[in-house]
Amino acid sequence: MNKQRFALVGNPNSGKTTLFNALTGSNQFIGNWPGVTVEKKSGHLIGHPEVEILDLPGLYSLAANSLEEIIASKELTQNPPDAIINIVDGTNLERNLYMTTQLFDLGIPLILVINMADELRQEGISIDADKLSERIGYPVVAISALKGENIDKLTEHLLSPEITQNHPLKTDYGADIEAVIAQASGIIKPSFPESQLRYWSFRSLEPGFKQNLDQAQQLELQLLQEDYESSHDGDDLESTIAGLRYDKIDQLVSGTIHGSRKGELSFSDRVDQIVTNRWLALPIFVLVMVIVYGISITTLGTYLTDWTNEVLFGEIVPGFVSSLLEKMSVAEWLQSLILDGIVAGVGAVLGFVPQMLVLFFMLAFLEASGYMARIAFIMDRAFRKWGLSGKSFIPLLVGSGCSVPGIMASRTIEEESDRRMTVILTSFIPCGAKLPVIALFAGAIAGDALWVAPAAYFLGIAAVILSGLILKKTPRFKGEPSPFVMELPPYRLPGLKTVLRSTWERGWSFIKKAGTIILLSSIVIWALLRFGIENGSLATVEVLENSFMARLGSLISWMFRPLGWDSWQAAVATITGLVAKENVVNTFGILFGYAEVSESGTEIWANVAQHFGVLGGFSFLIFNLLCIPCFAAIGAIKREMNNAGWTWFALIYQSVFAYAVSFVFYQISNWALTQQFGFITILAILVVLGTIYFLVRPEKQKEVRNPHRNGVRA
Amino acid sequence: MKSLDQISPGSTVEIVKIHGEGSLRRRILALGVIPGSSLQVVKVAPLGDPIEVKLNQSNLVIRRSEAQFIEVSGGDHE
Repeated sequence: MNKQRFALVGNPNSGKTTLFNALTGSNQFIGNWPGVTVEKKSGHLIGHPEVEILDLPGLYSLAANSLEEIIASKELTQNPPDAIINIVDGTNLERNLYMTTQLFDLGIPLILVINMADELRQEGISIDADKLSERIGYPVVAISALKGENIDKLTEHLLSPEITQNHPLKTDYGADIEAVIAQASGIIKPSFPESQLRYWSFRSLEPGFKQNLDQAQQLELQLLQEDYESSHDGDDLESTIAGLRYDKIDQLVSGTIHGSRKGELSFSDRVDQIVTNRWLALPIFVLVMVIVYGISITTLGTYLTDWTNEVLFGEIVPGFVSSLLEKMSVAEWLQSLILDGIVAGVGAVLGFVPQMLVLFFMLAFLEASGYMARIAFIMDRAFRKWGLSGKSFIPLLVGSGCSVPGIMASRTIEEESDRRMTVILTSFIPCGAKLPVIALFAGAIAGDALWVAPAAYFLGIAAVILSGLILKKTPRFKGEPSPFVMELPPYRLPGLKTVLRSTWERGWSFIKKAGTIILLSSIVIWALLRFGIENGSLATVEVLENSFMARLGSLISWMFRPLGWDSWQAAVATITGLVAKENVVNTFGILFGYAEVSESGTEIWANVAQHFGVLGGFSFLIFNLLCIPCFAAIGAIKREMNNAGWTWFALIYQSVFAYAVSFVFYQISNWALTQQFGFITILAILVVLGTIYFLVRPEKQKEVRNPHRNGVRA
Repeated sequence: MKSLDQISPGSTVEIVKIHGEGSLRRRILALGVIPGSSLQVVKVAPLGDPIEVKLNQSNLVIRRSEAQFIEVSGGDHE
């Protein structure tokens, strides 16, 4: 049999992913669409490697200009599949069929799959698939993707030769509009393939449509629209066409749906009377977050992570590997590379995985059950002011445990600019590994005062808000604001398989995409600490002062002089903090002559106080709390940005921001305490003024649109 | 002219016209918010924005700043 390609197309929440999993099983390939973070999945039909199925992003329409819609439209027109598998949610048939009418225009063979047959049955509704099939001229199959019902029947259709030969439905939207379409088609004819002319004729009537067209064509199309609208009482063409599509759908489905939907409130509506209730919504939200955080970060997640880090990669694996290496009498430095560099590095990557899997499992459950969309509804107002989404709450919350799963949790945010913003800001919230550093400095320079830890969280939250306000006005984030109109999907009990698969996919993508950077940087840091010039020759060093790391520290320490700390020791501690933030405490321990110190470094409090002084100590703490996170989190940023430019932007912004805050803190408080006013104080004041300017400067509006203006168009 | 953001929860209104152009209008239309169809304002989010509306089988969420582009008739003013 010849190779065949099918594209799976459907609305969000139509059960598309579940169907894709049911059709392809484990024969899946996951990647990204070129240049964007939108996931691209394809797979082979179970038992039929010659049949490829491409899973397109979930969409409501092919023409609303979101990133996903552009991808789908491009794929379907530039690389047309042999047939489209169009899945629709039978419980919301009319709305789901809207995109189907656009698919008709493409003229590609199609099979219509009506999902949720089990739910319909429960509601006492049946859809006459044969009658609908007769009307639209395409095969129609009613299935339940979740229960696996009729998947075999669908597979049979996919394997039959007729599937790629069915005739596209010639939709007729009435003489009025068909005349306009014929004219549009005449205008764009030279610019598009003949077979797709109908699809592109509709698309070309979207205001501002430019693709493939020269200015003369665009002008003609604009005149065509204006002509229509002036002769139709100002009714806009776009709304008219959308209305006609819905009329067409009503015609197609009338008499095919038997049994009526109960007039009473649906199950979801009743749940939402409580869950998104004006007074109960926030307490319930807090409760859900406490459960998610409690399980993934404080209890089960921590237990698994500690076990992986301390037992598996702290004792079992190193013990096994070192006895193996000794038996093979491997050179000592190589043993160290393998044990302290590679094994520890791999451990650093994998140590996060169990905790992440627990979190991802719960997030997948929240998403598939429908509650995640409610979170966006409940929290939208609070977060959008800072350029974030309501869903950004979860990454920030999880980030207070560990930035790595926090950053990875941003995957649930659909809007790309909100997601990028969240990825940049998540690591400002102090994670668990920063707590020992906070405790060290609270003990050393603040008399172990209780306010230091809350102040660190406050600093993190302030950094998120301030950065959100500043960044959302920068050209990188401005762009056209995307409309926030979303669906609250019905509550559904998610299928275990779907949830587990999503959990594993996210965990695996972390290991694959973030693993290399973590491993490589751990090895580099290991080498810098281990090697140096001792007694005039290159050697593995006994004392840290002789290592290349110490040299590197001396080399860069001048940069931190304006922050009030410029010793090579402080620079080295900052660098080793990039492997894991708690390393800052250990590094100071070693530098001050202790082989090992307690978690909060009680032994070295006096040394640290003497070394930094109060202001320098706070400045160092501020810088280390806000600057770029550990390599694991950088790996997660790289994975989620999926773009070198954005990754660098995030890291540079975090460094500059941390530097500026520490600088201002140190210089201004130094001025306040010592009354010494100099050029550098002026610089600090300028930074403050500059930040205030960035905060209050008005957002430039591209064009002020007045919604209350009737009829007349600009 | 009355727009959707001014309608109080519980009221059912008829959609008269979708103002504005570009991706917002296209998205709203694709979701079935079509001139001539009717929808019910279900509730307002706990923090006062966005609002939830019910339209046939769909529950949609829309911000007030975007709901003001949707001209409606009937229903109670807030």
